[in-house]
Amino acid sequence: MVNTDKRRPGTSSSAGAASKPLPVDAPRGRVRTPGLTSRQRAAIWIRRHGIAPYLLLVPATAVIGWLVLWPAIQIGLFSFQNYGLAQISGALPTQWIGFSNYTQVLHDPEFWLSLRISLVFAVVVVPLTLIVGTLVGLLLSRLGKKMATFVSTAALLAWGTPAVSGSVIFAWLTDPDGGIVDWTLSKLPTWLGGGPHWAGFSWENSVLPAYTVLTVLLVWTSYPFVAVTVLAGLRTIPSELAEAARVDGAGPWTSFWKITYPMLKPVFLVLLLLSIIWDFGVFTQPFIITAAPGNRDEFNLGLYEYFRAFTQPAAYGVGSAVAFILTIILLVISVGYVRASVKQGVLR
Amino acid sequence: MTTAHAPAGPRGTRRAGSAAKSLRKALLNLAGLLVALVTLFPVLWMISTAFKPPTEIYSLTPHPIPLHPTLANFAHVLSGSEIGTPYWNFLKNSLFVTVVSVIISSLLALLAAIALGRFRFRFRTIYLIMLLIVQMLPQQALVIALFIDFRPLNLLDSLTGLILVYAAFALPVTIWMLRNFAATVPRELEDAAAIDGAGAWTVFWRILLPLISPGLVATSVFAFIFAYNEFVFALTFIGPDTSKFTLPLFVQYFQGHGSTGTDWGAIMAASTLFTIPVLAFFLIIQRRLASGLVAGAVKG
Repeated sequence: MVNTDKRRPGTSSSAGAASKPLPVDAPRGRVRTPGLTSRQRAAIWIRRHGIAPYLLLVPATAVIGWLVLWPAIQIGLFSFQNYGLAQISGALPTQWIGFSNYTQVLHDPEFWLSLRISLVFAVVVVPLTLIVGTLVGLLLSRLGKKMATFVSTAALLAWGTPAVSGSVIFAWLTDPDGGIVDWTLSKLPTWLGGGPHWAGFSWENSVLPAYTVLTVLLVWTSYPFVAVTVLAGLRTIPSELAEAARVDGAGPWTSFWKITYPMLKPVFLVLLLLSIIWDFGVFTQPFIITAAPGNRDEFNLGLYEYFRAFTQPAAYGVGSAVAFILTIILLVISVGYVRASVKQGVLR
Repeated sequence: MTTAHAPAGPRGTRRAGSAAKSLRKALLNLAGLLVALVTLFPVLWMISTAFKPPTEIYSLTPHPIPLHPTLANFAHVLSGSEIGTPYWNFLKNSLFVTVVSVIISSLLALLAAIALGRFRFRFRTIYLIMLLIVQMLPQQALVIALFIDFRPLNLLDSLTGLILVYAAFALPVTIWMLRNFAATVPRELEDAAAIDGAGAWTVFWRILLPLISPGLVATSVFAFIFAYNEFVFALTFIGPDTSKFTLPLFVQYFQGHGSTGTDWGAIMAASTLFTIPVLAFFLIIQRRLASGLVAGAVKG
């Protein structure tokens, strides 16, 4: 497609430019119109060769390349080097050491534990988030205007609460001394699972309770995004379809699985993949909930990687090996995400 | 549900149907109320705790509303008696880093979005796919390489380093969202302006920019929230010198450094000071944000 916004190069900007005669070594332009400023000639050259989009992309690409893409490649390189404190300070040169960082990591039971924690966490949290989000989205579509605004405002506030704040709030809610969760559970009747043994229960000191807190925290922060997306998707479904199903005697369950779900399948696929990527790679919340007390056996893959790299003695090479594994896992899921997005027509 | 048959049925059924309908409505509203309260509870509890004196915070029977509200927790974290510098220093750091990185990423994203939204060129599709994938790279992985790269450049323990990283990591999403807005500006407008003798620069200032600016607002909000909330890079780059802390580090500091156990009153006060501006901002721009969020979510 020919772009038109360069049709009259320089008409508005040439006023201040010095009007120089053509230099001898001008680019091999076919028509050398005399009396053009160098800026005008540059504009013509850009237009003739279709350079404009590339020029516009240069600054953003340079920044992304320098600070995002290159570090991703570096992680791969460092994972084959003995990068430690002596190397970063320049005291010793870095050496290529083959796969020994990887063998070290793969023989570490803590690595496998952290990988398992990340996997199980994603397997639990992703469906929960999608179910809660979809239910709230469906609820929002059925509520009156005022109530819907109230509920969506509440959801917006949960979604907008920074990860650090959400984490310290949930750490406080589940604190053994004075936390409201332990107090409520200890007051609940036994048939609801409550009882005095909950008083002073410590949530952060073993894996299962800590990740139960994290599950609730993550569902709380991420369900609003799902709800709003599902709600937006529901608005695209023609109301005649739901009407027809109702006339045919379909209940809400049937009409969800026969109409809503098939219509919103692409949206759900994107939400599913995004949630997997976010929950598998979650860092800030487990850092504050589990790592602040310093429980190594509660690390997920991201925390394991981070602490391998940065706790003394720093082992950036070993950390990079884990980081590379983490990155590859997320990239594989991302490919699925990209394919799903492309099918939805995002590239147009 | 039974309401489905109501309009077709005889009189009696219709009355029963309308009763069922209002019951259904009441149940839905009840569910809505429950969802909203459960969702709001953590934030409300944070605010309420921030105003409680220690005796009430660790009381055996917690009260939702402070019986003897106090500003002592706020005074404690505002003064900086524990962390070294007062709260305003961290607010200033956070705002400086956030505003500068948003300006940088918005400018760069605007140029890139015009390229991707208004032109067709050879590597366009590949570039778009690259942007989608780059968004997914885990920050806690890249932070190792950036830490090593920034050390010789003196960008560690410096707000400049954070600005660069925040601008770079906000770019992929910002470009992607802005591109959708750039693509929706009708080409006829540009053509008409060009026929009237407007140059590239005029077309940009008079036509593209005004029409893209709502998108620019939405993407700036995204970049702002991202930079204001960011934790991993700040944690890693900003060293023992607490005076360079951003607000997330300020909040986290109180969790690790209680003089006598964990001082939840101070943490909740710090967290309130950090969170409430964001939430207030969200409420103000709610309508615009909802549409922008949906546009970003559904369009990609």
